[in-house]
Amino acid sequence: MIPEIGHFSLILALLVALVLGSFPIIGAARGNAVWMGLAKPLARVQFILIALAFLCLVYAFAFMDYSVLYVANNSNSKLPLQFRIAAVWGGHEGSLLLWALILSIWTVAVSLFSKHIPDDMRARILGVMGLVSVGFLLFMLMVSNPFERLIPAALDGRDLNPLLQDPGMIFHPPMLYMGYVGFSVAFAFSIAALLGGQLDAAWARWSRPWTILAWIFLTVGIMAGSNWAYYELGWGGWWFWDAVENASFMPWLVGTALIHSLAVTEKRGSFKAWTVLLAICAFSLSLLGTFLVRSGVLTSVHAFATDPRRGIFILAFLVIVIGGSLLLFAWRASTVGRGGKFDVISRESFLLANNVLLAVAALSVLLGTLYPLFLDALNLGKISVGPPYFDAVFAPLMAPAIFLMGVGPIARWKEAALPELALRLRWAFGISLATAVILPLMLGNLTPMIGLGLFLAFWVFASSAELVYQRLAKSDLPLLGRIKANSRAWWGMVIAHLGIAVFVLGVTIVKGFESEIAVKMLPGDVAHLAGYDFTFDGVVDRIGPNYQASHGQIHVTKNGVLRTILEPEKRLYTVTNMPMTEAGISPHLLHDLYASLGEPLEGGAWSVRIYHKPMVEWIWFGCLMMAFGGFLALADKRYRLKRRAPSKEVKSSQQPKNSKKAKV
Amino acid sequence: MKRGLIPLLIFLVVVGFLFKGLFLDPREVPSPLVGKPAPQFSLPVLDHPETKFSPKDMLGKVWLFNVWASWCAACRDEHPILVEMSKAGFVPIVGMDYKDTRAEAQQWLDQGGNPYQTVAVDADGRVGIDYGVYGVPETYVIDKAGVIAYKQIGPVTYDALRDKIIPLVKRLQAQ
Amino acid sequence: MTSIRIIRLLALLCALQVPSLLAQEAQPLQPNAAVEVQVERLSTQLRCLVCQNQTIADSHAELAQDLKQEIREMAAKGMTDQAIIDYLVVRYGDFVRYKPPFNPATSLLWLGPFGLLLAGAIGLFTMLRRRQKMTADVPLTADEARQVSELLK
Repeated sequence: MIPEIGHFSLILALLVALVLGSFPIIGAARGNAVWMGLAKPLARVQFILIALAFLCLVYAFAFMDYSVLYVANNSNSKLPLQFRIAAVWGGHEGSLLLWALILSIWTVAVSLFSKHIPDDMRARILGVMGLVSVGFLLFMLMVSNPFERLIPAALDGRDLNPLLQDPGMIFHPPMLYMGYVGFSVAFAFSIAALLGGQLDAAWARWSRPWTILAWIFLTVGIMAGSNWAYYELGWGGWWFWDAVENASFMPWLVGTALIHSLAVTEKRGSFKAWTVLLAICAFSLSLLGTFLVRSGVLTSVHAFATDPRRGIFILAFLVIVIGGSLLLFAWRASTVGRGGKFDVISRESFLLANNVLLAVAALSVLLGTLYPLFLDALNLGKISVGPPYFDAVFAPLMAPAIFLMGVGPIARWKEAALPELALRLRWAFGISLATAVILPLMLGNLTPMIGLGLFLAFWVFASSAELVYQRLAKSDLPLLGRIKANSRAWWGMVIAHLGIAVFVLGVTIVKGFESEIAVKMLPGDVAHLAGYDFTFDGVVDRIGPNYQASHGQIHVTKNGVLRTILEPEKRLYTVTNMPMTEAGISPHLLHDLYASLGEPLEGGAWSVRIYHKPMVEWIWFGCLMMAFGGFLALADKRYRLKRRAPSKEVKSSQQPKNSKKAKV
Repeated sequence: MKRGLIPLLIFLVVVGFLFKGLFLDPREVPSPLVGKPAPQFSLPVLDHPETKFSPKDMLGKVWLFNVWASWCAACRDEHPILVEMSKAGFVPIVGMDYKDTRAEAQQWLDQGGNPYQTVAVDADGRVGIDYGVYGVPETYVIDKAGVIAYKQIGPVTYDALRDKIIPLVKRLQAQ
Repeated sequence: MTSIRIIRLLALLCALQVPSLLAQEAQPLQPNAAVEVQVERLSTQLRCLVCQNQTIADSHAELAQDLKQEIREMAAKGMTDQAIIDYLVVRYGDFVRYKPPFNPATSLLWLGPFGLLLAGAIGLFTMLRRRQKMTADVPLTADEARQVSELLK
C-alpha cells in the first residue's frame, strides 16, 4: 500500500509540475496575474507530493519491503539502518527520485525567498523549474519507477553494493545533487530573463546568491566524494579523472566562472550575454552528467546499470532542455545590452580572462571525457583517456588562471595601470618565486611541476596578504573595526582564494613527496617509511553486520615513541561476495600515515601497503575554505533576505525599464 | 546574431555522438590481433598432458580457437552452442582451458559434453596474455594460413554464429 | 575514542612483549626495488581491461595481477618503458594506455585544449579592443542604480 501511495503522489506531482511549467509562464507573457500567482502555491504542493513519495520509498527501505523491486535490488535485511536509508539513492531509480526531490526543494526555496522579485519574473523562474521537473518525473514514471512491484516478493534483498556502504554514501550524493540541481535556479533565472527581456544588474544580483549556494554544495559534494575515494579504495588516490568525476567537475568549473561573471554583471553591467550562457552551460553540464551516468555510454565506477530506453529518453530530454535554451539564447542574447566600458587592463578584463580559462578548462575536460566515444562512433578505434592526459592538459590551463587570481582583486574596475600593479605585487612575486625554488631544494626534490605548484600557491598567499594589508592599513580604526569595514563578500573572496592556494599546496606536496612501501609482514615485523617504524601486531577475525573482516593492527612509533595505531581491515561482504578494503589512516595536519591490507600470504604473513602522504588533508581543507568563503559571501548584507512585499514604486519603476530593454 | 548560434551547434554535434554512443558497447575492445598471425605457443593437452598442442598443427585448416574456463559463468551459456556446432562438424574447434585446474575442466567437459577437437591447457594464463584475452569466453576464427580473421568477445551466440562466424568460416574455407 | 585506543594498545603491547623483542624487519613483497619503481610507473599508466576504470596498479582483478607480474618480468629483463608498453599494445590495443598516443586520430584530443585556449585568447583580445573603442560608458545610469538598490531593499 505504501509504495502505491508513493507512486500515486509521483503521478500527482507530475500533473502539478505540468501546470507549474505552463500557466505561470503563459500568464507572465499575457500579464495575467492570476495565472502568474499559481506558481508559488504549486511549487509548494509539488514539493509536498515529491517529499511524500520520497518518504514512502524511505519507508519501504527502512521496513524492508522486498516486494518493491528497487528495494530488493539495493538492500538487504542485514544492512544497517543508516545504509538502508542511504540505499534509497544507491541505485538509478531512487537517485532520480532524490534528484526530483532536491529540485522541488530548490523550487520551494525560490518561491519562499523571492518576495522582492517582480511577479512576472518569479512566475517565469518557477515555471522553468517546473518544466525541468516535468522531464524528471516523466522519466521516472515511464522507464524508472522506483515503486515497481516484484511479484512474488523476494525473501531478502540483493544488498547494496559494498563500495557504497560507507558514511560517504550518506552525504556525498545529496550534497552533489544539491549542487547540480542548484544550478537549475541560475538556469531558470537566465531563461526567465531571456524570455522577459529583462537582463540587468538587478537580475545578476538576484541570481548570484543562489548560484553561490549551489556552488558551495557542489564544492562540498565533490570534496566529500574525493575524500571517500581516498579512504575507501585502499590506495590513497583522491581524484581519478573518471568520466563521472569529470561530469561533476565540469559544472563546478563553469559554476566558478559564473560566480565571477555575475559579480561583474552586478557591479558593472557588463558580460550579460556571457553570464547567461554560463548559467545555461552550468546546468546543462549537470544534466549531461546525469545522462553519462545513466546511459551506459561511458564506463565508470559510478555508472548505474544501463538500459538503452533510458538513454534515449534522457538524450531527448537533454535536446529539449539544453537545445531549447541555447536556441533561445541565440535568438535573444543579441538583444542584451553591452554594459559599461572598460580598459584592456582592468579588473573586468582580468575576470573575463579568468572566465575564458575556466571555460576552456571545462571544455577540455569535456573533450577528454567524450573523445573515446567520438573515435568509437567514427570507427577510428578504441582508446582510453585517463589521468596522464588530464594532468598534462589541465595544469597548463589552470596555472595562468591561478596567476590571475593574484592580480584580479588588486586591479581597479574600469581602468588599471600595469606599472602600478607590478609595483604593488613585486614583493608577492619575489617571495613566491623564491619559495618555489628554495623550499623544494630544502626538501630534496625540485621538479618543474613542484616548482610551479609551489609558486602558484605562494603567489596566491602573498598577493592576498598584500591585498588584505592594503585594505586594513589604510584606516585609523581598531583592528576589529577595520576587518568589519570590509564587506563579508570581500572576505569571502579572500578566503575562497586562499582555499585554492591551500588546495594547490596540498596537491603539489603530496604528488611530489609521497612515498610508499609494499611489504610482507608477520606479526611482530617492523617496516620503515619516512622516519616512522610500523610494527604489525597481527590480524584478528571480526564479524560485522553483513560482512566478515580480517582486522589488522599496526602500531606506529618514531624514535621509540608511540605515535598512532593504524587499523586496516579487509572485508568480505557475504551477500554480494565482494571483498573490500578499509584503509587504516592516521590523519594529521602535516602528513597522513595510511596502511591497507593486501592478501594473506603463507605462514600467517600478510601483504601490507604503507603510504606516507604529506599534506594530503590540505586538499580537502582547501575545498572547505572555498565553501566557507562562499558562505561568507552569502552572509553579506546586500543579500540579507528581506521578507517584505515589493513596494508599489518598485513595480512601477520596473515597467519603463522593461520597455527600454526591449528597444535596445 | 550568428555568433550566438555557436554553443547550440557544438551541443548538437555532441548530441549526435551521444546518440551514436547509445548503440556502442564501451566495454568491447576490438583486438589488434585481427589480421595478424595467431601467436605461436606449445601447451599440454588436457587429457594427455605429455602431448603438446601448437597452432602449427592446424595449418591448412580454418578453425575456431575458443578460450574458456570451468569457473566462467558466461561459458556455460555458449557451451551448448559449441557442442551443437561440433556435431555439425563443419569447422574444428580447439579449446584453451584458461587459468583452471585439470580436474575441474575435465569434470565440466564430462558433464556438458566436449565440443573440442583438442583442449590446450593454459594454467598460468601466459598464452592468454599473448592472445590479448581479457574476459573469458573469447573465440578466434583462424584461417588456413594461421592468421586471425575474427575475434568474438564474450559468449558465442546464435546471432553471432549466423551473422558473422559461419559466413566468415565458409568464405575462408573456400579460399 | 583515543583513550580506548591507547588502552587497547597497551594491552596489546603487554601481550606482544615477547615477539616485539624478536622484532623482524619486514621483507619487501618484491625483492628488486629498482624494478618495482618501473613497474609502479608503468602500471599507473595502463588500464585494466576487466574492470576498465582502474589502472593495473589499482585493480585487484586477476588479469591485472598477471599483467603486473608480466611487466615485472619484462622490467627485470631490462626492457624500457616504451618496449613494455608496445608489448601490451600489440596484444590489447591502444585501449590499455591511459595516455593515448599522439597520432592523426588523437591529434584533436591533444591539440584541442590548446586550440581552444588560443581561440579564447583571440576572442578575448578582439572583444577587449572593440570595447576600448566604445565611446559611451553605459553601465548603470544613476537612475537605474537607484532602482536597483530600491528593488533590493
